[in-house]
Amino acid sequence: MAERSFAKEVQKLKLGEGETFAGEGILAITKALLESGVGYVGGYQGAPISHLMDVLADAEEILSDLGVRYEANASEAAAAAMLAASVHYPIRGAVTFKGPVGVNVASDALANLASSGVTGGALVIVGEDYGEGSSIMQERSHAFAMKSQIWLMDPRPNLPSIVRAVEDGFDLSEATNTPVMLMVRIRSCHVTGTFTARDNKRPPLTVREALSNPRSDYSRVVLPPMSYAQEQNKINDRWPAAQAYIRDKGLNEFFGPKDGPVGIVVQGGMYNGVIRALQRLGLADIYGETDIPLYCLNVTYPIVADEFLDFCEGKEAVLVVEEGQPEFLEQALGSALYRAKSGTSLHGKDVLPMAGEYTGQVMLDGVEAFLRKTAPDLLPAQIRSPNAVKTAAGPDLTKTVPIRPPGFCVGCPERPIFAALKMTEQARGKHQIAGDIGCHLFACLPPFEIGGSTMGYGLGPASNAAFDGGGERRSIAIIGDGGFWHNGLSSSVGNAVYNKSDSVIVVVDNFYSAATGGQDILSSRADNKSKSTGHPIAEAVKGVGVKWVREIDRTYDVPKMRKILDEALTTDYDGPKVIVASSECMLNRQRREKPLRDKAIAAGRRVEKPRFGVDEDICTGDHACIRLSGCPSLSLKKLDDPLRDDPIAAIDQSCVGCGNCGEVADAAILCPSFYRADVVHNPGWMERTLAGISNAAISFLQRRRSGNRLEFVKA
Amino acid sequence: MSANSVALERKKHDPRIGEVIKLAIMAVGGQGGGVLTNWVEDVARANGYDVQATSVAGVAQRTGATIYYIEMAPAGDKKPVFSLMPSAGDVDILVAAEMMEAGRAIIRGFVTPDRTTLIVSSHRALAVSEKTVPGDGIASTEEVVAAAEVAAQRLILFDMEEIALSSGTVISASLLGALAGSQTLPFTRSAFEAAIERSGRGVKQSLAAFSTAYEMAQTGERTMPGKGKSAAPADMPSGPGRLIEKWQKLSGRISALPEPTRNMALAGLRAVVDYQDLAYGADYLDRLEVIAGRDRPDRQFALTTEAAKYLAKAMCYDDVFRVADIKTRGSRFRQVHDEISPANGTRMMITEFMHPRAEELVGLLPARLGRRLSDSPSAMRLIDRLFNRGRRVRTDRLMPFLQLYVMGGLRRYRRGTLRHSEEVAHMESWLATALSTVESDYDLAVEVIRNRRLIKGYSDTHARGLSKYDRVMEGVSLLAGRADAADWVRRLREAALKDEKGDALDGALETVRSFTGELSS
Repeated sequence: MAERSFAKEVQKLKLGEGETFAGEGILAITKALLESGVGYVGGYQGAPISHLMDVLADAEEILSDLGVRYEANASEAAAAAMLAASVHYPIRGAVTFKGPVGVNVASDALANLASSGVTGGALVIVGEDYGEGSSIMQERSHAFAMKSQIWLMDPRPNLPSIVRAVEDGFDLSEATNTPVMLMVRIRSCHVTGTFTARDNKRPPLTVREALSNPRSDYSRVVLPPMSYAQEQNKINDRWPAAQAYIRDKGLNEFFGPKDGPVGIVVQGGMYNGVIRALQRLGLADIYGETDIPLYCLNVTYPIVADEFLDFCEGKEAVLVVEEGQPEFLEQALGSALYRAKSGTSLHGKDVLPMAGEYTGQVMLDGVEAFLRKTAPDLLPAQIRSPNAVKTAAGPDLTKTVPIRPPGFCVGCPERPIFAALKMTEQARGKHQIAGDIGCHLFACLPPFEIGGSTMGYGLGPASNAAFDGGGERRSIAIIGDGGFWHNGLSSSVGNAVYNKSDSVIVVVDNFYSAATGGQDILSSRADNKSKSTGHPIAEAVKGVGVKWVREIDRTYDVPKMRKILDEALTTDYDGPKVIVASSECMLNRQRREKPLRDKAIAAGRRVEKPRFGVDEDICTGDHACIRLSGCPSLSLKKLDDPLRDDPIAAIDQSCVGCGNCGEVADAAILCPSFYRADVVHNPGWMERTLAGISNAAISFLQRRRSGNRLEFVKA
Repeated sequence: MSANSVALERKKHDPRIGEVIKLAIMAVGGQGGGVLTNWVEDVARANGYDVQATSVAGVAQRTGATIYYIEMAPAGDKKPVFSLMPSAGDVDILVAAEMMEAGRAIIRGFVTPDRTTLIVSSHRALAVSEKTVPGDGIASTEEVVAAAEVAAQRLILFDMEEIALSSGTVISASLLGALAGSQTLPFTRSAFEAAIERSGRGVKQSLAAFSTAYEMAQTGERTMPGKGKSAAPADMPSGPGRLIEKWQKLSGRISALPEPTRNMALAGLRAVVDYQDLAYGADYLDRLEVIAGRDRPDRQFALTTEAAKYLAKAMCYDDVFRVADIKTRGSRFRQVHDEISPANGTRMMITEFMHPRAEELVGLLPARLGRRLSDSPSAMRLIDRLFNRGRRVRTDRLMPFLQLYVMGGLRRYRRGTLRHSEEVAHMESWLATALSTVESDYDLAVEVIRNRRLIKGYSDTHARGLSKYDRVMEGVSLLAGRADAADWVRRLREAALKDEKGDALDGALETVRSFTGELSS
């Protein structure tokens, strides 16, 4: 079960004609899919579209009522491959994953799909993970559209525009027999707003019905000589058809006056940013009515050259607002102007940065610089020649404020794995360690600093391949359960078996695809109504031929973890050594157990609730424990004691009593400051009586000792 | 161009743009920034506003810095065009769910004196980099507050975390209360409360925190989080009357010490007596009086004050007796009870995590026997094999409690142990080094006293501290005689507290060697 439940929100998917939908972008996209008569949906989770997958999962009942098939695909490649259903059948299909990394993974299927062409509308909803909040390398999915001739939509970031883009995307796809990518940026996925709903549509042909009338046509198979014909078809037929459709249906939008000395060409997703800059320059009103002509590209590939040239007609200069690099649009538009021998000058990356997110300030500076260069009269007098110099800011805090990268949550079961690994490295020296994609990658940050590379989902162990011949110290690779099932079983583990790799692979199994929001996967332990779970990783590993497998079913057992690591690093066995370290993601476990526990307590059943604490008189403030933990609940406090220099460790009430502190203090022989307090709710009478006797005796001894010496008891 | 310019006559700056309220929330992942955003959005929509909220989901939410952004304007016939992210210099209300996140907002230019109301919870959620430093790496709240005073048009600052905790809820509720109480949004108190009620979970607790924070924001009262519950010992000891009488006599000796040193000396004396007994306290004062006798009034007796502190810490070294004594005291049981605050009708089990090694155990033996054993590697190995393992001791149970209780009682034999003789020798050599430079370089003597700060912790940590101390003291001998010796020793010590292994210290020592080497050649 995913971290966030949309069970309540998905009821909005049932809204009918004329009703007002209010909510988040991802929910609006789902609603638009249903209104468009989609026949099947799927995808793979990953920010920023993880929640779209969660919405689909929570909406499964509503989907199946409409005859829509929902699949939680094993990877982006699997998701893209599912669109094959739209090649021969007039069924609309949509899949979603993140871009550009998800598109990387999917690109094999996408390229084949694009070459074959589609009959039913095929929509790939790409959550473009770029700019602030992104967790991946900064690239553009745009390149994939160009290389495979997939049309790319980039709607304005408001609910009505996004909803319309879904419908337009399907229509465009069907009109041109070409798959369409619908790109939504990080913030558009979660932007909130309203739109007027329409009735949901049952797909005219369901996938179930299609199975009764199977079709095939070898001209759609990507094999020579058909593949050559397919390329000609893309360029000679589909491309002009797309340009004609975009122009005729007005998919791109114009704002402001038709004529003017200058104009701005903007990607749909950048529209709000440009309007805000114009508003701040006094050139647009609150509703976006602008003084500067705007040409808004809701379709960013292909460009419609004559539409663009019409826009440039009579303008001395145009600015292209295109986020990211390389500047594909600017190049294409520049080329169009050149071929048309146009006198309009083109601006873009000369006044706006080539790399990085177009934040409010960047956009303001860029638009202002463009206008200053090309039409300074349009700028308000105050901006043209500001008479007040901006006052200097206060003290510089850049050295004061610490960075705050993401890290393991309170009680995370991965923490003790890396504490053990850090101790192993302290004892045996630094090792070659490779990471993968997932929460466990946080281990490369302080305080653990374990691992120094990540090559892609499921590719951690594969990225150690060069070192797999063995040496003085074995290489170690970490992979999560998400990565394992995504791609790791074959690309990493199978690869290691086949190549007789003398290496160690640690599979971090936390029962979920945790980093993306706790979605279930093959090895999840929870029952899932519609998916098959409970397939152990260790069995899969043995199945592909790994002989040396060790399982640890409680990662908090640090000494055991260390022993297994030691064994893996020293054994004579020279094939791949796989350690499956399993404990449930604490975030999900708490979400699952807390309500049950509270209920049990209320019902009068005996429940133990653990929490850790630190004896402040024993802690000396060295913080060695924190260097093996980094848990948010293990923090510091300053004491009001003149004899103390350094803050001491303290555990706050967010502690879930996972046990890491005690295990680590013990395994690393740190200090005896930690204690665990287990509060027993509803103890039985026997337990109460025995505890009472024990407490009385202990109190007696304590009073006896206090009566015979001097103690300075704290107030 | 001129013809076009006519066609493009500029409209007047749209005054309605000024009605757009821009609100950014800076939080730490897991603080409930999303809940707060939903509430605000709900209030706005329910009260005739067009509103748009955005957030950045993803791994940043895993304990990292996160940002939420809301824009709203009175609803009209058409939908306004809102921005999806805050801009520097263009934010009306900035809510920071933690002190350093306010600092981050200021750095990013989201807080400006012409428009921004800054609402900050004054508590800290420490970043990992602040916590891992072996010394004190906590970022300065004062600097951020000072910057906030300059940067913000209006500053609302109090401990909203504490309010949330004491109401049994999370900080989003008190942040909403502060936001509502700041009256920067055009909605009534009951409109906000209605939004909480509509959200339907933990409503009572949320409303309580909301209410307290609302009042605080109204009065403008500022609070900073308190320091840890007083860890300073009480002024007067508890115990039998005859001992208290003796204490009064002993502590009377403090009034003979120079005035500026007395507070620290009294704190030190209390710690030492609590640690062992009155005789040990007398021993402490004897040593301190010697130092005071050689101190300089023109330096306000800085040497004695520092010695009062570090001598007490040196004498109260951490050994097994000490740990066992503390863990079994009645006052400690009460402290744990206060910290965990178990509900009525429950009972509490306490588990201690101990892991004594041969070194610690042999240290408890009479000095001569202990030394013989510690000189024999095979004996130490045997002891390790017999005893060196993690022990979980249930001190709420009588028998395990008794083991520790008895161990704590054995502290009366401490003076005869191997560990004690080692500690005394170390302490005397440290004091002698310091006193040897009092006349020639007073500042250096003070710094040598302060170097004792480096020794702390147990087992490996303790060994690491000793090694750092030794390295800094090596620096002392290299530097002695130079005019800047004291300053360099301070720098060495600060470097030693920066990282675990002492890499920064080694670097600093290398520098010292380079210039002291040049001098000698």
